[in-house]
Amino acid sequence: MVASPQHEFETQDLLINVGPQHPSTHGVFRMVLTIDGEVVKDVVPYIGYLHRGAEKLCETMDFRQGSGFMDRTEYLAAHNAELSYVMAVEALAGLEVPERAQWIRMILCELNRLSSHFMFLGAFGIDVGVFGTPFIYAWREREAIIDLFEEISGDRMMYAYFRPGGLAWDVPLNFKERVREVLKSTRQGIKDFDELLTQNEIFRARTEGVGTISAEDAIDWGMSGPSIRASGVPLDVRREEPYLKYADVDWDVITGENGDVFDRYYCRLLEMRESVKIIEQCLERLESGIIVPDKMPRMLRAAPGEVYIRTEAPRGEYGIYMVSKGGNRPYRLKVRSACLSNLQALRQMSVDQYVADAILVLGSIDIVLSEVDR
Amino acid sequence: MPAGPHQLLGHRVADALEAALPGAVIGRHVEWIEVRSDRVRDVLRWLHDSESFDAAQLSNLTSVDRHTHFEVVYHLQSLDLNHQIVVKAIVEDHENPLLPSVYPVYKGALLQEREVYDLMGIRFDGHPDLRRLFLWEGYPAFPLRKDFLSLGQITGKAVNPGLQRFPFEDKESPDRMLNAGNIVTGEREASAGNAGGSAGAGH
Repeated sequence: MVASPQHEFETQDLLINVGPQHPSTHGVFRMVLTIDGEVVKDVVPYIGYLHRGAEKLCETMDFRQGSGFMDRTEYLAAHNAELSYVMAVEALAGLEVPERAQWIRMILCELNRLSSHFMFLGAFGIDVGVFGTPFIYAWREREAIIDLFEEISGDRMMYAYFRPGGLAWDVPLNFKERVREVLKSTRQGIKDFDELLTQNEIFRARTEGVGTISAEDAIDWGMSGPSIRASGVPLDVRREEPYLKYADVDWDVITGENGDVFDRYYCRLLEMRESVKIIEQCLERLESGIIVPDKMPRMLRAAPGEVYIRTEAPRGEYGIYMVSKGGNRPYRLKVRSACLSNLQALRQMSVDQYVADAILVLGSIDIVLSEVDR
Repeated sequence: MPAGPHQLLGHRVADALEAALPGAVIGRHVEWIEVRSDRVRDVLRWLHDSESFDAAQLSNLTSVDRHTHFEVVYHLQSLDLNHQIVVKAIVEDHENPLLPSVYPVYKGALLQEREVYDLMGIRFDGHPDLRRLFLWEGYPAFPLRKDFLSLGQITGKAVNPGLQRFPFEDKESPDRMLNAGNIVTGEREASAGNAGGSAGAGH
């Protein structure tokens, strides 16, 4: 008697719980994977472990306190998070920001983008399986930028340096030299990463063609930032709706072609070169002057109304929707999180990939859970 | 507030919508349009499919508690035409707010609608998976509502004292804050300074 070759095995799906405390989830993020063999069939994300009620808290804080609180919602790019908030307050209170303050804001935001992307490069290297080296390289480059921030604002993560109307105080006298010094090492750092990861055959084999998402789907899911640009959509708030002085400097919007994990990595790397380009132009045009308006009211009061301000943070569109009924605090504040919207596409990108690649996909959208949960 | 540089004027959107979907628009402003909550999915689908508006992406979805009613705010953007459209759905029923989900039009509403449900308690009809997002199932309140008390006041049980100190607006006179003693702001410092200067008593 010969066994039938078409014998059908009964298979059973397996549930794997990843997180919330797991190095590869980049924070307190939990997802439940349904797997068939090694292939992911379903992903259910669970978030909220870091929910602090930032929006509700900000309803009870005045504008000065609120801008400092925004740091806590996006601790890897706190300057960018503050920027949206203070711009919303300035729009409602009718404040005109002096030129010098705008240039300095722009330099610091781009430097913050560099430090945040270095963090991504290091952590993503670990996700791929390149232990140690890129993470320490990234940490070294990020450290130089963080040191500069510390010299300027006195803090390494929660800067509270942007204030409605301008800046908290002027930058140190050797600001330009220090930024040029940091850029020198940053440029070398970007080159190192390009050689270490982009040209690494194993790295490319691991990342190319994994977790692909088409441009239409990326738009439909509400993605933004480098994650959508990797799919070939040139969506960049700095270009679409230039704020600060982005219209006055020369830079390119980086887009990918395939929308896979490699493109999302490579877009960020190329974007860092553009950031360096922007900062160099800003330094040339930075002139001395005032950093807060001459007629700055002691007690800031906003006009009744509402405003939606969006800026391009390292992870995408960081928006502040502020409703004011007059007075010195918002009636309602909504933080539009880029990571939350990018996270919505996680399921579509991970299904039918291997379990190990699901971790890569999660790493490639570069989530920060403090921003997702707020 | 003047509209942003790339924000479409509400009147222009309202006029086009009035012709296509009569009766859906109930209010027009410079920056936004107000639509009936039961028609919001039709409105967004029309804006999404229309060539002249091309609202391809739902950028932001949020809600505002106005004491008597809710506003659900949709920020739409066109990537090709580079403009933004703001649509507000007015939900009249403050006790049991319900409006159609826009997930069939924009997939990006999936978690954002869950967030609104979680924090504001607005239910979305037709949402595939309407559960709490940040808070846990069974949490007895919706914290972003203006009449949110605190867990202790709702359940009558002793809870973490930090949760009992939330200031909130008085429904009768919205300018007044109940529990306002727990807010530390520059305004109170300034007024305390004035009071101390003039009367010198009470502290």
